[in-house]
Amino acid sequence: MLILTTAVTTGALTLSACGSRGDDNKSGEGKSTVVIGLDAPTTGELSALGLGIRNSAQLAIDNANKAGEVKGVSFKLEALDDKALPNVGQQNATKLAADKNVLGVVGPLNSGVAQSMQQVSKQNDLTLISPANTTPDLTQGKDWKQNKRVRPFPTYFRTATTDEVQGAFDGQYAWEKMKAKKAYVIDDQKTYGVGLASSFKDQFGKLGGKIVGTEHVSPDDRDFKAVVSKVKSAKPDLVFYGGEYPASGPLSQQLKDGGVTVPLMGGDGMYSADYIKLNKKAQGDYASSVGKPVEELPSAKKFIAGYKAAGFKEAYEAYGGSTYDATWALIQAVKQVVQDNDGKLPDDARKKVVDAMNKVTFDGVTGPIAFDKYGDTTNTMITAYQVDKGAWASRFSAEFKKFDKS
Amino acid sequence: MSELPQQLANGLILGAMYGLIAIGYTMVYGIVQLINFAHGEIFMVGGFGALSVFLALPAGTSLALALPAMLLGGIAVSVLVGIAAERFAYRPLRGAPRLAPLITAIGLSIALQQAVWKWYPDGKQARVFPQFKGHAFDILGATVQRGDLFVLIAAPACMIALGFFVARTRSGRAMQATAQDPDTAQLMGINTDRIIVLAFAIGAAFAGVAAVAYGLRTGEVQFRMGFIMGLKAFTAAVLGGIGNIYGAMLGGVVLGIAEALATAYIEEIPGMQQFGGGAWKDVWAFVLLILVLLLRPQGLLGERVADRA
Repeated sequence: MLILTTAVTTGALTLSACGSRGDDNKSGEGKSTVVIGLDAPTTGELSALGLGIRNSAQLAIDNANKAGEVKGVSFKLEALDDKALPNVGQQNATKLAADKNVLGVVGPLNSGVAQSMQQVSKQNDLTLISPANTTPDLTQGKDWKQNKRVRPFPTYFRTATTDEVQGAFDGQYAWEKMKAKKAYVIDDQKTYGVGLASSFKDQFGKLGGKIVGTEHVSPDDRDFKAVVSKVKSAKPDLVFYGGEYPASGPLSQQLKDGGVTVPLMGGDGMYSADYIKLNKKAQGDYASSVGKPVEELPSAKKFIAGYKAAGFKEAYEAYGGSTYDATWALIQAVKQVVQDNDGKLPDDARKKVVDAMNKVTFDGVTGPIAFDKYGDTTNTMITAYQVDKGAWASRFSAEFKKFDKS
Repeated sequence: MSELPQQLANGLILGAMYGLIAIGYTMVYGIVQLINFAHGEIFMVGGFGALSVFLALPAGTSLALALPAMLLGGIAVSVLVGIAAERFAYRPLRGAPRLAPLITAIGLSIALQQAVWKWYPDGKQARVFPQFKGHAFDILGATVQRGDLFVLIAAPACMIALGFFVARTRSGRAMQATAQDPDTAQLMGINTDRIIVLAFAIGAAFAGVAAVAYGLRTGEVQFRMGFIMGLKAFTAAVLGGIGNIYGAMLGGVVLGIAEALATAYIEEIPGMQQFGGGAWKDVWAFVLLILVLLLRPQGLLGERVADRA
């Protein structure tokens, strides 16, 4: 059960030092401290998303502590910045794994960073749960396309559904709802972007759509004029972009400036308020994102109110709800482990938390939370958003029919 | 081939920006034989200088009115940083082995990036740069954005002014003399220290102009923008013949057009599909550099080393 205390203390939470408790393992009346690690880009271009992730995890931790969710345990968040770089993520994972009080890590944001953290998490039996990774390989191995699905990392879970589902949803949406017949597909050559774009292509093509051109750009590029000219002569009904908003914002604007008047569509990497900020011609563009908009979920009302009351400086952005759920899943797993051990933390708590994670179920902010045998969320709800008058407006939500994963 | 005029225009606009930055590499090299690898960051801080001026102006000021002030702001910040770099990072190392100033330049480049990242308000993210509203122009079958007109006017204007300066003014002639033979120039009463500072300042000013052009074109400035632009501009300078100011601009334009055409047409060559498109454009830019250097080691307009500038 998700119990959020509605009576929120009037003092706004300070974001520093997570409750400024000392590092001692015992605090107050024989309580043991469990540290939940967090890894996200809290600086750099993707920091809007990363800060939303950090704050939402903090909120879950504070709520658990306030409500006494796990008897005899107080939680503490240790948030590290990965700058969206795989090598930094790996260092962070190593650092967190070295602290024996860390029983699980929430994050990262980027699938590419997750790939470098998974090995560390596996070696240390440390649960890693991402609110945002969508690349299928992370949970189902690299041969998932041939339907040889094997879970490579038993310690890795996620509350976001995969790009296989998301890209296919986008393809379906483009064909059925947008009535697009011809699509031009661009990706940024990164793990996430390539996966999403190829999944879109498959589904769009399967339904009868035509791919009139493909292009790859560099994620650091900001001058897409040459690509724009190519897109223009291909005359598509829709341009699909696999990648993230720092590049797709300028790309969209340059497309419109260059006379390509059809919308640009992308995945959750594009679903950010900053996309609209960086792009004066965003009107009419589409992005899909995993889950349902938290604003529309009755289950999220408390989360939104709590987030507001906590007085965070930054918005919760795209992954606020799924981060809260990921953090809460870890808390629930710890709770189970403590209960099974007569109300105390066992010595091999990490290993037991991993086992407990597989069985966690609760009604979360984003809907019912549970994990399948790959560590993927069982919730395949996806939403299509469109830019309307300077904000993302949700247009359509559906559970994309589950693919045969056997 | 219907996109050819458009791609040529794209390349020309990009190339003019490369060229403006390349002037800074080439002038400093011509006078002190130093590759100032922090020059990309001098370009970057100019962009933030121009943005600061815009943000300081009362809200709602039209961009056309603000642009001259922004240009001055960008140039001022770039020039200040350029002169400071020369004074505190390079001058103490004059006469040191070649490697010392080079490593210093790389260190300075990282330091400037991190300074903006840390201390500029919201510098950790891309900052939105103002852009011209309104329709694009159609010029000879190519669409040119209003913001891009700026660089098409600014680059030739800067080149003409620089050409006049070098050929017709006392300081310009002193600069040529210093480039040819610093010791003799000093004996003739030329203050070579002042000339070196002047070379840094002019290069930085051009980088400031380029930064405004970049902001108007992409709609953003960010702390990393100097890295790849600086690298490309350095390539342009080498391509045109390092030490030659006209070569720098020519090299920039050739490089820009090569990039645009590679993105558009390489994949249409039979058997080359997988090497085309935007992903490979940087590769082709450097392939071009290698080819030119193999066939003409001194660059397109490079001459004998004695007649620099």
